Amino acid sequence: MNFSLTKEQEMIRKVINDFAENEVKPIAAEIDETERFPKETVEKMVKADMMGIPFPKEYGGAGGDDLAYVIAVEELSKKCATTGVILSAHTSLGTWPIYKYGTEEQKQKYLRPLAEGKHLGAFGLTEPNAGTDASGQQTTAVLEGDHYILNGSKVFITNGGQADIYIVMAMTDKTKGTRGISAFIVEAGYEGFKIGKKEDKLGIRASATTELIFENVKVPKENLLAAEGKGFKVAMSTLDGGRIGIAAQALGIAQGAMDETVKYVKEREQFGRPIAKFQGLQWMLADMETKINAARHLVYNAAYRKSQGLSYGKEAAMAKLYASETAMEVTTKAVQLHGGYGYTKDYPVERMMRDAKITEIYEGTSEVQKMVIAGNVLA
Amino acid sequence: MNIIVCIKQVPDTNEVKIDKKTGTLIREGVPSIINPDDRNALEEALRLKDKYEDTKVTVLTMGPPQAKVALNEAFAMGADEAILLSDRAFAGADTWATSTTLAGAIKKMGDFDIIFCGRQAIDGDTAQVGPQIGEHLDLPQITYVEDLKLDGDNVVAHRAIEDGHYVIKSEMPVLLTAIGELNEPRYPSIKGIYEAFGEKEIKVWSLDDIIVDTNQIGLKGSPTQVKKSFTPATRSAGEILEGNNSDKVRNLIVRLKERQII
Repeated sequence: MNFSLTKEQEMIRKVINDFAENEVKPIAAEIDETERFPKETVEKMVKADMMGIPFPKEYGGAGGDDLAYVIAVEELSKKCATTGVILSAHTSLGTWPIYKYGTEEQKQKYLRPLAEGKHLGAFGLTEPNAGTDASGQQTTAVLEGDHYILNGSKVFITNGGQADIYIVMAMTDKTKGTRGISAFIVEAGYEGFKIGKKEDKLGIRASATTELIFENVKVPKENLLAAEGKGFKVAMSTLDGGRIGIAAQALGIAQGAMDETVKYVKEREQFGRPIAKFQGLQWMLADMETKINAARHLVYNAAYRKSQGLSYGKEAAMAKLYASETAMEVTTKAVQLHGGYGYTKDYPVERMMRDAKITEIYEGTSEVQKMVIAGNVLA
Repeated sequence: MNIIVCIKQVPDTNEVKIDKKTGTLIREGVPSIINPDDRNALEEALRLKDKYEDTKVTVLTMGPPQAKVALNEAFAMGADEAILLSDRAFAGADTWATSTTLAGAIKKMGDFDIIFCGRQAIDGDTAQVGPQIGEHLDLPQITYVEDLKLDGDNVVAHRAIEDGHYVIKSEMPVLLTAIGELNEPRYPSIKGIYEAFGEKEIKVWSLDDIIVDTNQIGLKGSPTQVKKSFTPATRSAGEILEGNNSDKVRNLIVRLKERQII
C-alpha cells in the first residue's frame, strides 16, 4: 500500500498553495463581508487550467485525476471556503454529469467549454419541498415536438446566476416517482429561465446561492442527459462524487484553521509564556491534528477509489461525514484557542467557523451520509 | 524564433535560516524555487511564444540533479525544451566558470535569437552571469529590462535606471536580463504539470556534450575563492529625531556632544 502522492499531485499542491496564498487569501475577508462573487479569481483559475482537472485532454480537461482535483479544492479552501466550493460545484456537479452521461455531441458542445473553464457549471436538484427527500420533485418537463418545456423552481443552487450551464432535474413522468425524473442541460440564456432570490448566508457568503425559476423554458430535446427516467440515478451518482469535493472543502477549512491556530498559540503570551506551552491547549491541538489527518486519509481514499474505477459511494459518504464534522469541531476549537480575538473579524478563524457549518449540510446532510453508509453496510 | 532562458534553482530566502555557528545557510528542509528574476525572464519568453508562432523556448540550467524540479516547473509554465547541465566537473563554479559553462552549452545548441537571463540570483546577488554569457558569445546585451517589444529583427527594450529608463534598440541575436518590473509571471498550469512529467523530457548534458575549455570551468576554473562567510554583527536601529528643523539640529548637536564626537 502506497500513501505517497505522485510528482504531479505534489506539484499541483505546491502551485495551488501559492495561488491560494497570493490570489485567494488577500480578498477572502472582503468577499465574505460584501458577499461578492470573486469573478476575478475564477478567471485566474481558468488561466491556470484548474476548471477541468479530472477530465481528459480531448474534452478540454487537464488530464488529471480525482485526487489532484481534491487537492486543489483542499488548498483553495484552506484560505477561502467560498473559492473551494465554486470549483467543487463547477467540477463535480456541473461538469462531471456530462462527462459521465453525455453523448459525444453533448460532450463537444458542453463538456469542452466547461472543462476549459470558458463556462461555469452548476447543478439543480433541491426544491423548496424536495431536499433530503429528492424524490419529491415538482419541477416538470413536458416533451412538445423537439423541445422539453420546463416549469418549476430550484433553491439553494451553488454558482446560481454565475454559471453558464446548469444540470437540472425535472419530472418527465409523475406517475413513476424517482423513475420519472430526468436530467437536462440548461443554458443560462434560455428564455423563461430566471435567477430568483439570492440567499443571505451564515458562511461561504461570497458563493452565489440562488433560486432558479423555470417558466415555460424550451430545452432542446438533444439536451436530455442520459435517458428519460434516468435523472435520479444521474443526480445520486453525481452527488456521490460531489461529496468527495465537499469533503475536500471541509478538510481544507479544518487545515486552514489549524494553520492559523498553530501560528497564534506560538505568538500569544499569557502568564509570561506563549500559550502553546500549556499542556491543556496542547492536548486540544493534538486532537485537532489527529482528526484532520484521519479526515485526509478518508478523503484521499475516496478520490483514489473513484479514479481507479472502484466503488466509492460509501467511502465518499464517510469522507464527507467525518471531514465536515472535523471541520466544525476544529474551527470551533480554533476560535476557542484564539480567545476573544478569535470571535472578531480581525482573525480568519471566525469566518472559517461560519464556513465549516455548511459542509455538514449541503450535498447530503451528515444524517444522509449515515443513511448511505448504513445502507452499504447492511446491503 | 528560438529563445534560450537561463534559470537558476535557489533556496527560497523567505524560508532560509542561518547556522549561527558556521555562518552558512541551513539548506536542509528549505524549499527550492526558480530564482525570481529568472522567472520574469521565462515569463517574457513565454509571452513572445504566445504572440509569435513558431517560437521555441528552451530553458537551460546548471546544477545538481535536484535542479530538475525547477526545469519541470518551467515545463509546466510552458517551456518547450529543458536542458540540465550536470557534471562533477562543473561543481564549485564561480560566476566566471558558470557563465563559461552555460555559454559552452549555448554554442552547442546552435541557432538562437534571444538569450534571456534574470538580472541576478537571490542567493548570490552578483548580476554577473548574464552579462558574462553575452561577452563569451560576443553578443549585444541589454540588462535590467523592464519592457520589451519586437520590431522586425530587432528588440526594443526599456533598460531601467535609477530614476527612469533608456529605450534601447538592438538587433538579434541579443542577450537580455530581466527584472521584476518586466511582468507578472504566470502560475504553472495544471495541464502543463501533467505534460512536464508526461511527454516532455529534460535533457541532461555532461561535460562531453558542450563546447568548452575545461580549464575555465568548475572550481579550478574559478578565479573567485571564498575565504570566509560570516553574518555581519547586527546594529541597533538608531534614533530618529523629531520636531522642527531647529529642534532637530539642536538635539543632534546635543547627542554629538554627549558622545564627544564634537
